[in-house]
Amino acid sequence: MSAATTSPATTAPGTASARTARVTASLRHGALGKLLILAVAAAVLVPLASAKWASGTWPHALTVDLSGPFGDASTWIVDNRDTHWFFVYFLGHLSNGVVVSVRAVYLCLLALGWTGVTALVTLVAWRVAGLRIAATALISLLVSGVLGMWVPTMQTIALMVVSVLVSIAVGALLGLAGGLSDRMFRLLRPVLDTMQVLPAFAYLLPFVMVFGIGVPAALLATVIYAAPPMARLTALGLRGADAGVLEAVSSLGATGRQRLLTARLPLARKELLLGINQTIMMALSMVVIASMIGAAGLGDRVYQALASVDVGAALAASIPIVLLAVVMDRTTAKAGERLGADKSAGPSWLRGRLVWPAVAVVTALAVVAGRLTGSLVWPTASVIDIAPPVNHFKEWMVDHIYSGIPVLGGTADWAAGFTSWVLNPLRDGLTALPWWGALLIVAALAWVIGTWRTALTATVALAVIGVLGVWVPSMNTLSQVLAALVVTLVVGIGVGVLAAGSARMEKILRPVLDVCQTMPQFVYLIPVVALFGVGRAPAAAAAVVYALPAVIRITTQGLRQVSPAAMESAQSLGATRWQQLRQVQLPLARPALLLAVNQGVVLVLAVVIIGGLVGGGALGYDVVAGLSTGDLGLGMIAGIAIVCLGLMLDRVTQPTDRRAGKGA
Amino acid sequence: MTRIRKRTTAVGATALTGAVLLALSGCGKADMTKQTSPFAAAAGTKTVTLSTQTWVGAQSNVAVAKYLLEHELGYRVDTVQVDETPAWDALSQGRVDAIMEDWGHPAQEKLYVDEKKTIARGGDLGVDGHIGWWVPKYWADKHPDVLNWKNLNKYAKELKTAESGDKGQLMDGSPSYVTNDKALVKNLKLDYEVVFAGSEAAQITQMQQFAKEKKPFLTYWYAPHWLFNQLPLKEVKLPKYTDECAKKGEKDPESIDCAYPTTPLQKFLNADFAKGNSSAAKFLKNFKWTTEDQNYVSELIASQHLPADEAAARWVKKNPDVWKKWLPKK
Repeated sequence: MSAATTSPATTAPGTASARTARVTASLRHGALGKLLILAVAAAVLVPLASAKWASGTWPHALTVDLSGPFGDASTWIVDNRDTHWFFVYFLGHLSNGVVVSVRAVYLCLLALGWTGVTALVTLVAWRVAGLRIAATALISLLVSGVLGMWVPTMQTIALMVVSVLVSIAVGALLGLAGGLSDRMFRLLRPVLDTMQVLPAFAYLLPFVMVFGIGVPAALLATVIYAAPPMARLTALGLRGADAGVLEAVSSLGATGRQRLLTARLPLARKELLLGINQTIMMALSMVVIASMIGAAGLGDRVYQALASVDVGAALAASIPIVLLAVVMDRTTAKAGERLGADKSAGPSWLRGRLVWPAVAVVTALAVVAGRLTGSLVWPTASVIDIAPPVNHFKEWMVDHIYSGIPVLGGTADWAAGFTSWVLNPLRDGLTALPWWGALLIVAALAWVIGTWRTALTATVALAVIGVLGVWVPSMNTLSQVLAALVVTLVVGIGVGVLAAGSARMEKILRPVLDVCQTMPQFVYLIPVVALFGVGRAPAAAAAVVYALPAVIRITTQGLRQVSPAAMESAQSLGATRWQQLRQVQLPLARPALLLAVNQGVVLVLAVVIIGGLVGGGALGYDVVAGLSTGDLGLGMIAGIAIVCLGLMLDRVTQPTDRRAGKGA
Repeated sequence: MTRIRKRTTAVGATALTGAVLLALSGCGKADMTKQTSPFAAAAGTKTVTLSTQTWVGAQSNVAVAKYLLEHELGYRVDTVQVDETPAWDALSQGRVDAIMEDWGHPAQEKLYVDEKKTIARGGDLGVDGHIGWWVPKYWADKHPDVLNWKNLNKYAKELKTAESGDKGQLMDGSPSYVTNDKALVKNLKLDYEVVFAGSEAAQITQMQQFAKEKKPFLTYWYAPHWLFNQLPLKEVKLPKYTDECAKKGEKDPESIDCAYPTTPLQKFLNADFAKGNSSAAKFLKNFKWTTEDQNYVSELIASQHLPADEAAARWVKKNPDVWKKWLPKK
């Protein structure tokens, strides 16, 4: 999810200074009035509420127990899955279609053999994105083979091909509808906005419930997860077409369809490619997570390795994931850049009309060569086992910093301190907060920063948590999210400021950030426990590691985009570096910083469920428990609560002003 | 003009949806409970899919079964990793053919084996499973009286962690494992807080970390497990397990106040697969070994980090007299 929502192109905050001015202005005028209204409303309602129901945690009288209905539904599905017409005639075909198409792609990949696949991918990358990226692709595939991950990599690619194609088709259709009809756009927008906020895990449960574990559930969940960016960007691209050009085209007598095909779609192609890029990245992250519900491939290898506490083996399976992500991201991004320039890449024999036949011929030659040498799957003789050295390194590192370092203490001591001095007070404070107090605070925060609509959404989201009867665990989760968020922001903005100040620093950071963003979240699990023990502190640590890259990236970009003229003038007035930063750069980059906060919230929340796997407890644990014990009531309710927390936090941290530009 | 176009689009969309639905139902029935994994059996026709659970003992069963099925009977074996309860669901749907090690799921057994008859019993695995509370040997040697639950409260202070607050910490593992620990702590009036590690990986890592520093800990754990070879544990005696207590617990899980039972671990096969009477089904029914056998393989996989296949190969080479009996007679 991170790679998608925070890829540089989407998060560019745009015309920073103009927005800052508007945001501050609206804040100054509106805030007081809004708070006043809220205070009046509170004065009337709170005594009523606390008289009728007790203060403290959410009153029991106001909860609805949904675990019964969920349980019934799941029993009904199990009983009727092989007889009811809806399953047999509709969902059955859907699931069959998924199985057949994934199998077809997989068999094709196996038939091409490792030589064929490598040749094909490299040539396509060369043609589409140039020599450097082709080299990256070649090396990546070879590395996957050397690590002994060829077959799982092919399985993941097969899943990716099908899910990305379906996501793009679905997303493009929705986007087309949204781009052409205003009503559709207004309808789609809040839905897509919301879907972007949801943690990937939340999508898994309903699909498991209907389809059972396995590839169909995993793939359909992936499609639902990865289609929204495509839909959003298609709609935006179509709507953003230059009015003058459209006018000109229609004055030439073009019909609606001609206008769409010859002007609007071509004009939107940059957005379309960006949409494809984001869809691919999101699909990849989801395909990995879906290993929890039986999608085979690289994610499954990571998951299995973790079961035997083998970080080395988990890393061996994660490296191909990261490489796949980098290759696919760079290829589609480069293809997008080149579209405008209209010049094709590659050597001369790869240009012109003969391109695709040439690619086909070379691939065929490679396939024949592979068959002749008799190795369709990667030869086992050339596999290197990196697990032992990696495990040794991990042991060594843990031994040296776990505890007993003079003055600094060890990581275990920090974790204990963090739990006792930050997490516990925060959790106890939030739990002790009267429920109406929490609602009021959220309403006030969301209203001050946004509109009454966002405030209402945020408040309702929080109220739903209470109604579902998971108020206390939700407050526990919220305390972890807030604590992790503060650490993420302090570290992330600090590093971002450093990186913005030095080009070399940014260059060093970039690959590190790329890797952190695409590494499957599971991999952090064991190192984090080894360093911080079991509990909420390691859960927070995993969240920080996961959310940090996006925050650093957005901060760096925001600071970089501050107009050089402003900096110049500050300098000429004799401001020191620190003064420049504090009084010119940071205030001007405010929209970017707000975006960093918002993204930080969303990403930290996405790791809550992983946190459940290392002792974070609360909602994350409930979702894991629901998934692994088939207790759908428990899992779904916790999942909905996480979704509500996400909505609430998003609305509280997202200034409405920015929404106009989000995703564009 | 726009209105007309809108209407045609709407009509078109409806027609298209209708056509798709029709086309789908035109193909006849598609029972998704009979569909297998797209990655199954890419190479040959004879194929078996085994469910492997996250813990290593289960992986050892699967590794050896897989090795023998592939090398002795000429099958291709696929493995799927899923948690216990979803695995039952997958087994009933035929997405996996066998579960090699089950720790007792009465509700699922009743539904799938007795009522729906989609799953068949596959007999004993030969290994007895036991769940309990354990402390490290180095600590128990110094304080032998900790091995009785009645003395646990005396040691609660020593077992405090940041997570458990001012109570002692009793560490539990993955949410998918059978546990009564919360009820036990309450009913036995113990001054402890159950802290869920959330996954076995996290629990093992934490135990190893404690052991490195020779710190005391109390944990939910189970035998057989390879970890015992690396980190010796001693079991804390809980009130004796009785059938009455178990019956009481079945009605109200909150009321349990006795130890966990010792379960002979079971194998389960998909009913159609079992009825097919292929040599693989016969082999899997015959599969039966001992705790020592299983631990030998588990240890190789988990602490020496051998690939499961190689660990299985080593065991197979050493114990031909054990596995020769499993092969169906020709």
